[in-house]
Amino acid sequence: MIQVQKITKSYQMGKTRLDVLRGLDLSVKKGQFVAIIGASGSGKSTLLHMLGALDRPDNGSIYYEKQNLKDLRWGKLNHYRNKEVGFVFQFYHLLDELTVLENVMAPAMASAGMLTWLSLKAAVRQRALDLLEQVGLKERLVHKPYELSGGERQRVAIARALINQPPLLLADEPTGNLDSRTGHGILEILKQLHNVGQTIVMVTHDERIAAQASRTIRLVDGKIQESALR
Amino acid sequence: MIKLLLAWRYFIRRPISILAVMAVTLCVFIVLVVMTVMNGLVRDFKQKNHDYAGDCVITSDSLVGFAYYEEFMDLLNQQPFVEAVSPVAKGVGLVHIKQFNWETGIEIHGIDPVLHSKATNFADTLHYQRKSPENVFQLPSNPQQVGCVTGIEVIPLGRRSSDGTYRYPPSPMQLELLISGFPLNMRGGLVRAGTDLVSTKSFTYCDDSHSELVKVDGAVVYVPLEQAQILCGMDSPVKRISSLNIRFTEATTVRSGVNQVRQLWQDYVAQNSDKPGADLFANVRVQSWQENRRSIIAPMEKEQMMMTMLFLMLGVITVFIVFVVMYMIISHKSKDIGILKSIGLPVSGILWLFQLFAVFIGLIGALMGSVSGWIFLYKINAIEDWLYEHYNWQLWDRTVYAIGDIPNHVEPDVLAVIIVSAVLACMIGAMVPGLQAARKKPVRVLQVNQL
Repeated sequence: MIQVQKITKSYQMGKTRLDVLRGLDLSVKKGQFVAIIGASGSGKSTLLHMLGALDRPDNGSIYYEKQNLKDLRWGKLNHYRNKEVGFVFQFYHLLDELTVLENVMAPAMASAGMLTWLSLKAAVRQRALDLLEQVGLKERLVHKPYELSGGERQRVAIARALINQPPLLLADEPTGNLDSRTGHGILEILKQLHNVGQTIVMVTHDERIAAQASRTIRLVDGKIQESALR
Repeated sequence: MIKLLLAWRYFIRRPISILAVMAVTLCVFIVLVVMTVMNGLVRDFKQKNHDYAGDCVITSDSLVGFAYYEEFMDLLNQQPFVEAVSPVAKGVGLVHIKQFNWETGIEIHGIDPVLHSKATNFADTLHYQRKSPENVFQLPSNPQQVGCVTGIEVIPLGRRSSDGTYRYPPSPMQLELLISGFPLNMRGGLVRAGTDLVSTKSFTYCDDSHSELVKVDGAVVYVPLEQAQILCGMDSPVKRISSLNIRFTEATTVRSGVNQVRQLWQDYVAQNSDKPGADLFANVRVQSWQENRRSIIAPMEKEQMMMTMLFLMLGVITVFIVFVVMYMIISHKSKDIGILKSIGLPVSGILWLFQLFAVFIGLIGALMGSVSGWIFLYKINAIEDWLYEHYNWQLWDRTVYAIGDIPNHVEPDVLAVIIVSAVLACMIGAMVPGLQAARKKPVRVLQVNQL
């Protein structure tokens, strides 16, 4: 599904050049639940951002279903972000001006024009309600993100990431900002999604959380050191 | 769809957007009030000049005037597009009012009151003989005496009240005016009238003419055409006049009427070029009323243009305020921009989000400004009356300025232009911050917001 070939990424910090990724290769197959583990600054979030086309590698290529992301123009890139991947961030990143339901529907709204939306609205709303029921938030539809707990916000973020039924779910430290009990709940949701065939790439620094995934990849000094399929 | 929803939520949830709406409201209010009053003044002023001059004026640049006008009048009267033609003999003169022992310089206008009332709105400017201008130069008490009509400010009685209206006695005052003209021969030389270089005649005051044009009301004295011709030396060897005022039929536009008259005049001049005094035709021009009154109207139009330019600067301030507001909102909402990009909203979508936000500011502000401006204009004369009653304050001192009510008719096309301009100004103000927002890299924005 995803093929990463010799990607490099470096940042210029003043006069110092920081090489974050150094010729990284990776392959993710459909239906896998991959955990990328590594110390802070090892480049795992950078890798995830590149998989989600939020950033570009300096060198190398990322193929999604044999399509090089580098070749995608603006319209196709937006389509990729909107339809092919769903992103779950460590800090939830919900829109404070929208309600829980509207936040979940946001990706569907983003790709629809005014007229298209009129025909899609009912179906999208129903799917958003189903997703919110799935993550246990059906009673919080009209609440604003700032009225929710951290765990609830992350569940809204997961529902939002899934609204367009993306083949690939990318999660950047999804439990990193939560207590262990709440984090466990989020992990259970991810496992349930994996069980129904969702491909997931999750970044974490916690070995115990990574152990829940079907495959663990360790990132050291910008390269993959170990890959174990369980 | 999310653009519209978020733009509306930003608009109603951000207190700073109230500031921007207030700025637009105030700007639209001020521009609407000033433009309405200024446009109204200019429109009224133009209308008064149109009423005064008729649709078309054939006029001589020279005080000597031009001859052979009667044949041309006949020709004009045969034209289907001509409603009326009025010959006017003009000259400079002096008036001495015996009862006040008062002398002043005047413009002598010799007219046929019936023809002049048909070609211009002369009859409407009269007070006593408004309905029967044919009798305007006749005093019922003394039909033998030759009458005259004075511009309402010529006689120094201070009849103008603080509300701009004039006080009139029930019947015309018994006043005798000695009017002296400077008779000129066809070559422009002064003609000796007996032993004097001036020609003097006695007239009885019959009526006032209130055209609401300061220069006319303060200087013009109307006398019968043939009397003016004698006073100005235009009665011999061939009768001369200074101008022909023409009114066209309602179906005829001023432009087409003037063009037709111009053609007729050129042909007429060509046919009569061998007559004595035909050289005076060289000084004659056929003008529309706008061209004829250009020197009077142009300064006011320039003033209007200057005011418009000054108030356009208010629009620039609005653009700047919206720019600042958008800049502040975007700096507070950079996380949202990152989120929206991460869920696939294109660059144009981000730009449109902030443009829609600006449209809400512009539209709501413009509507509020329009409504408040309209209410203020609707009540502007009542407010001025109240201020005068309680604080003795007037926007224009009516004893000085020839202005009645403050014009307050809001023109729909002006209002539409102001509203559209306000919305466009807001969109321009939001353009640069919107572009900056659209160009933000999502990963950088989201990482910064994580810190």
